[in-house]
Amino acid sequence: MSIATEPHGVTEPHAHSHGHDDAASASSRPKLAVWKFASCDGCQLSLLNCEDELLSIAEAVHIAYFPEATRAVVEGPYELSLVEGSITTPDDVRRIHEIRAQSGVLATIGACATAGGIQALRNWADVDQYRSVVYAHPEYLKTLDTSTPIASHVDVDYELRGCPVDKKQLIEVLAAFLNGRKPRIPTYSVCVECKLKGNVCVPVATGQPCLGPVTQAGCGALCPSYGRGCYGCFGPQDSANTESLTRQLVELGMPSDDIVRVYRTFNAGAPAFAAASDAVEADAVEAAASRAAEQGGAS
Amino acid sequence: MDDIRILQASGLDALIEELRSRGFRVVGPTLRGDAIVTGEIRAASDLPRGKGDSQDAKTYRVRSRGDDAYFGFAAPAQSSKPVFFPAEEVVWRGHRDHDDDGHFTVERDTPDGAPIALLGVRSCDLRAVQIHDRVLAGRSHVDAHYVGRRDGAFVVAVACSDPAASCFCASMGTGPRPATTDPETGASSYDLLLTEILGEDDHHFVMEIGTDAGREVADEIGASMGHPADRDDAVAVTDAAAARQTRAIDTTIVHDVLRASAESPRWEDVASRCLACTNCTLVCPTCFCTTVQDVSDLTGDSAERHRVWDSCFSESFSYIHGGPTRESTKARYRQWITHKLSSWEDQFGMLGCVGCGRCITWCPAGIDITEEAAALGRMSGLAAPAPAT
Amino acid sequence: MSTAAAEPRIADAGDPMVPRRYAITRVRQDTRDTFTLLLDPVNGAPLTFRAGQFTMLHAFGVGEVPISISGDPAAPAPLEHTIRDVGAVTHALVNAHPGTEIGVRGPFGTSWDVDDAADGDVVFVTGGIGLAPLRPAILDVLRERDRYGKVLLLYGSRTPDDILFGNEMHRWADLNDVNVQMTVDNAPYGYTGKVGFVTELIARAGFNPRTSWAFVCGPEVMMRSAASALAGRGVPAPHIRLSMERSMKCGIGLCGHCQLRDLFICVDGPVLDYPRLEPLMSVREL
Repeated sequence: MSIATEPHGVTEPHAHSHGHDDAASASSRPKLAVWKFASCDGCQLSLLNCEDELLSIAEAVHIAYFPEATRAVVEGPYELSLVEGSITTPDDVRRIHEIRAQSGVLATIGACATAGGIQALRNWADVDQYRSVVYAHPEYLKTLDTSTPIASHVDVDYELRGCPVDKKQLIEVLAAFLNGRKPRIPTYSVCVECKLKGNVCVPVATGQPCLGPVTQAGCGALCPSYGRGCYGCFGPQDSANTESLTRQLVELGMPSDDIVRVYRTFNAGAPAFAAASDAVEADAVEAAASRAAEQGGAS
Repeated sequence: MDDIRILQASGLDALIEELRSRGFRVVGPTLRGDAIVTGEIRAASDLPRGKGDSQDAKTYRVRSRGDDAYFGFAAPAQSSKPVFFPAEEVVWRGHRDHDDDGHFTVERDTPDGAPIALLGVRSCDLRAVQIHDRVLAGRSHVDAHYVGRRDGAFVVAVACSDPAASCFCASMGTGPRPATTDPETGASSYDLLLTEILGEDDHHFVMEIGTDAGREVADEIGASMGHPADRDDAVAVTDAAAARQTRAIDTTIVHDVLRASAESPRWEDVASRCLACTNCTLVCPTCFCTTVQDVSDLTGDSAERHRVWDSCFSESFSYIHGGPTRESTKARYRQWITHKLSSWEDQFGMLGCVGCGRCITWCPAGIDITEEAAALGRMSGLAAPAPAT
Repeated sequence: MSTAAAEPRIADAGDPMVPRRYAITRVRQDTRDTFTLLLDPVNGAPLTFRAGQFTMLHAFGVGEVPISISGDPAAPAPLEHTIRDVGAVTHALVNAHPGTEIGVRGPFGTSWDVDDAADGDVVFVTGGIGLAPLRPAILDVLRERDRYGKVLLLYGSRTPDDILFGNEMHRWADLNDVNVQMTVDNAPYGYTGKVGFVTELIARAGFNPRTSWAFVCGPEVMMRSAASALAGRGVPAPHIRLSMERSMKCGIGLCGHCQLRDLFICVDGPVLDYPRLEPLMSVREL
């Protein structure tokens, strides 16, 4: 199966759309593989945390590759691949292409896989310097200058955001896959989930900064439900207006450094958040320069 | 129905108890965390006694009033919209057999639960309920779940004494004192209308009777007879509240202003501020857009259709194959405000805005519908230029 | 509330939000990506509908889509829908095997009301799968062919392979005195037919604009230029009808998705006349 011609989107409803007919036979159940790149394994653990559903999942799919859960390895191709982690080494680049070629539907899970993760902070740093500071023999290390999402390297059918992913969304992807439909992954803001739950808006009612208006839903508005502002771990919503939100964060008294940091936490590699953080940084530099000029003029 | 009663503040518990004993689930304002919200009221102690609120663009704070007023605040964080029109509900449940060609059965969901008594509903929110009666229950097709909850509901309205800076019901003609009857149906707007009178050493409600059911309740709890002068007191409260409102929309021109503004440069301006976060639509007491979500289990044999609030500010809202018809935020804001202040009138013979001010308070970017309407008015040439102040 | 309770409002006996079960009797492939589904009700009488109306088709466990009925209003069984395989629901529908049950809600919306065109010339302008929603209207006209003047069908498709109901169009031309003119946007080497946009056919087609009625269905951009060309040739604007497409979730005017300024396309449309649509179609992203 060549990568370029790989048909994406919803798979044909072949045998696996009726997996329950022959749940007993491993060979006829669709094969599921779970892959790991640069990441903390937390998203894979979310799958293992699906305690109530795990049994039905195991009946519906043949878990063919999932090192976090089992040592057994079944050869590909795999009808469904879940990919965790970001691409940070030359070997990662080779491996993700192989995985794509062996996968029917490929879904990336978590902030690392969808936006480079926290390790995408290296995109703003000097990797050579890190390397020499951290490792005794940096010459043995083969690493890339950047941490990039899977979709920067291969075609991705569905993306599940979050650090970690939401268990319900993970099950939705599996249910959708098994029934030959598109998973329902809303791309609107966290605010929708807050309002549907009856949460009172955190920034409006308490003055705490909140990234909810620019962040994609899916977590069930977890942090705001506990009275805390959203940290943006699901990355930018489809219509994120970070410029406007930045102005609000400034008005709420958040220092520029902190604003840069919140945009560059879990989803630093997401274009909308990366650009927002760069803009804040550029403004801060400009402001500092004009302050210096003023002071220079005054003295 | 010129029947005026006096209910002492201490009699609120009797009123609540009477409604409960009649089988109603009483729903009204209550303090939860950082805000006054709408919730179940079991006793007068559940009401936010002594609490007021400060509301303005993108700010909401609860404050202590330093008195005993039960209803000394403006619009709660959410209106009574979710009471009759919940954010999410099941439309039907289905099951598929596997042995028989995907044969399936579908069963409509019928909401159960006690009939609702709204206690303390504000004039703006009451008007919004009447608007929903028209939109969801007054056309050729009705929302059966809404009708089921709405029919048989009991309404104790409370006239507004303390509008917030975000309020503009007076300009919309929707408050602060509710109209006696629904202008569309002629039915009484409320069963009982209370106006809170807080004197030096006197705390009572002027109770106006709207329906026979309201009178029965008033009789049952022994609300004493009042005088026409008591109603003058009540009207004085709402007149003063109206006079304190600072925001306004000019309803004489706003329909035509929006009609004329489809290509206004103002949309770019507002889109630079708008977060497309959907908050305004989801706190609006009249916004009624929903989507359906088909939820299935892993096998796909059990499925449910859910009806869920939706918002014209989300990209997916207008999605057809090939992409959204309203791709830009400016088109989405234009759709929303034009619907509220113009096309709603074409559709339903009334404006879709009741002046509750929630979209102003709860917009994290502080976008102000009255300011946008005024700016569009000036830019369209239909409103006089802003007076020099 | 208590006062209004005197007049209980009860939802229709056949709840429009609950799908009726239909069994697929046949799936016919019309072009590379377009299929016609033939359906029979599992219980009860076949659905009666007017030309131009649509239904909400539901693939169990997958979802629901609005689809125009493409069959003959005078012969409502089996119920016909012509569907392009573009999304998850349509994919599930066209790949279902005969016997599979699907859900149907409706019919919803307004009609072409071709009857209004009696005694005049009738011009159908359409492209691609837009012919499917027009087919019931064409069949209405052909059933009483002698009540109408000239009947023209101007049809455009992307390529010769995408021509829908090609055999039927030839039959209409041969047997029913329909002036069928086809054009394609792109043609392979050696194609002898007409190449160009369907709207270009309007200028030279033989009909009397003053007494003509036009029924237009296709992508919005095509309808806009077709309607403008028809009006430009002198067809009275109220005689030009178009079928609009918007996002729809309920089909009964409640969900709000299909609003186009003051219109709910699902109840005020999909078929609307040009004077009503012209000012709305000229604003981008309305």
